[in-house]
Amino acid sequence: MAGKMKTYQAGVKAYRETYWEPDYKTRDTDILACFKITPQSGVAREEAAAAVAAESSTGTWTTVWTDLLTDLEHYKGRAYRIEDVPGDDTCFYAFVAYPIDLFEEGSVVNVFTSLVGNVFGFKAIRALRLEDVRFPLAYVITCGGPPHGIQVERDKLNKYGRPLLGCTIKPKLGLSAKNYGRAVYECLRGGLDFTKDDENVNSQPFMRWRHRFEFVMEAVRQAEQETGERKGHYLNCTAPTPEAMYQRAEYARQLGAPIIMHDYLTGGFCANTGLANWCREHGVLLHIHRAMHAVLDRNPHHGIHFRVLAKALRLSGGDHLHTGTVVGKLEGDRASTLGWIDLLREKYIGEDRRRGIFFDQDWGTMPGVFAVASGGIHVWHMPALLAIFGDDAVFQFGGGTLGHPWGNAAGATANRVALEACVAARNEGRAVEKEGKEILTMAARSCAELKAAMDTWKEIKFEFDTVDKLDVA
Amino acid sequence: MVREINDSNSNLTDSSARRFETFSYLPAMTTDAIRKQVEYIVRRGWDPAIEHATPENARERYWCMWKLPMFGESDVQKILSEAEACLRAYPENHVRLVGYDRYRQTQGTAMVIFRGVADSRTR
Repeated sequence: MAGKMKTYQAGVKAYRETYWEPDYKTRDTDILACFKITPQSGVAREEAAAAVAAESSTGTWTTVWTDLLTDLEHYKGRAYRIEDVPGDDTCFYAFVAYPIDLFEEGSVVNVFTSLVGNVFGFKAIRALRLEDVRFPLAYVITCGGPPHGIQVERDKLNKYGRPLLGCTIKPKLGLSAKNYGRAVYECLRGGLDFTKDDENVNSQPFMRWRHRFEFVMEAVRQAEQETGERKGHYLNCTAPTPEAMYQRAEYARQLGAPIIMHDYLTGGFCANTGLANWCREHGVLLHIHRAMHAVLDRNPHHGIHFRVLAKALRLSGGDHLHTGTVVGKLEGDRASTLGWIDLLREKYIGEDRRRGIFFDQDWGTMPGVFAVASGGIHVWHMPALLAIFGDDAVFQFGGGTLGHPWGNAAGATANRVALEACVAARNEGRAVEKEGKEILTMAARSCAELKAAMDTWKEIKFEFDTVDKLDVA
Repeated sequence: MVREINDSNSNLTDSSARRFETFSYLPAMTTDAIRKQVEYIVRRGWDPAIEHATPENARERYWCMWKLPMFGESDVQKILSEAEACLRAYPENHVRLVGYDRYRQTQGTAMVIFRGVADSRTR
C-alpha cells in the first residue's frame, strides 16, 4: 500500500505543478466541466483534480521533449476550484476549464472523447463522474442543434397550448407489420398525436423495417383524414450502419413521414449528428430515445450525469428527448428532472445547485427540445405530469393506452380527454396537481372512456402513492 | 362483466367526425369557460386573435382572420365581444381563439371556442 501511494504521489505531483491553478480566471470561451472525483486513499484533492484536468486535456504520464515545441500553457486544461460534495466525504467536486481550441468545432464526438476518455480509467482515482459541462456560446453556435425545435414542430403539426400525447406500440417485439399498423391506427384515431416504435424494434425477421414503414404510414394517413388532425409515428431508423440508417430515413421521407426516430447513445453521437443534419435538410422531425443512458448516469460516483447527456443531445441534434417522468414506474428526483428539462428547452439557464445545475448555460438562438415523459404512466398521473412538465412535452402512455379495457382508441380518447381537462383547468387558474382527482372525475362524467380508464388503473400499487400525492401536493 | 362499447366516430365523409386540436375532445365550452380562457391569454401577456373556418376546411393551416390580432388588448370583455361578432357574421363556422406569444414567436395557445354546425355531436 505504501509503495502504491508513493507511485501515485510521484505521478500526481507533477500534474499538480502544471494543472492546478486556483487563481485562474475562467474565460467566456472556455469549456468548463465539473467532475465528482473519488480519489484513491492518500491522494490529495488538488493532486487528483490536476490529474483529471491533465489526462482529459494535454497531459500524459511523463514529460516528453515535444511538449517544448508548443505552448502548453495555452492548450492545457486547468483544475481551478475544489468543493465538498454535501453529505459525502468520500468524494469532492473539481472544476476544470478547457480552452475552446482543444476541440473540433461542431463535434460532440470530439468533446466527449476528451472529457470522458482515458481519464475515466485513470489509476489515481477510484471513481469519476462528469456532473455538468458549460458549453460556451462560441462553441454552441458551431453545432447544428435540434433540426427544428419546439416552435417549428408546433407550427408544422398545428398543436398549441398543450403537451402532446404519444404511445409506444406493444408488444414491443413479435407483431407483424400489418397488425402493428392496426395498433398505430387505433391509437391515432382515438386522439393521440404520435405513436412510437419501441427502441428494440429495428428490422427483425418478424417485421422488416420496410414493411413496418409502409403499413404504419397508411395508418397515419387514414387517422389524419378521419380526425382532421396532424399525426405522426416515430419510425425508428436506428440501424447497424450509417448507410442503412440513411436508407431507412430516406424511405420514411418518401412515404411522407413527418417524424423519424433514433437512439443517440447506442447509435452513437456521430450517427446522431449526421441524422440530425439530414432531418434539418429534409424537413423531417427527429425523436430521440436514450437506451443505455442508465449505464452511464445511474451510479452517483461514476459515469456521466444525465444533464450532461441531455446537453450533448441538444448540441448533436434532436427535436424530442426522453427525460424520465418523475411520477411513473421509473421514479426520478423532481428537482433534478426539472433542471435538465430546462437545459433542453430554455434559451438561458442560470446556475442552480438545488436542481443540480453547476454552471450558467447560454444556448443563444439554438432551438429547444421537447421533453418526453414515458414509462408506466396513465390517466391518474396526468395532473402531476402537466404540473411538472408544462406544455412543451410529450406524454407517452404505452400500457396506459393499449391496456384500456375497450382497446387502443378508447385508451387514446381517455388520455386526450384527461389531458385537455387538466390543461383547461390549469388555464382557469386551478391547482391541477392538488385538485387532480376532482378535475378528472368531472371530465369522466362526459367521457365513458376516461371513466373506464380511471376504474382500471386506480388499483395499481405505485399509483396509490401518486394519487395520494395529488391530494396532498 | 359486459361493458357497453363506446365506438369512436371514424368516418371519412362526415365532417362532424373531424377534430380541431386543443380542447376538441372536451364538451363545447360554456360562456363562463370561454371567459376564463380569454383571461388566461391576457394573464400570460399574449396577444389575442380570432379566426374562423368552415368545418369542412378546418384542417387547413390558415383560417380566415377576424380583423387583425388585438395587440396589447387586455380588456376581456372586448375580446369576447369580437369573438361573438365573428360568430354572428359566420354562424356556421368554427371560431378559434388564439394567443400570440411574440417573444417565442409562436402561438401560446389556440382553441375552438364556438363550434361550426357540421359538428353535429355538440350543437
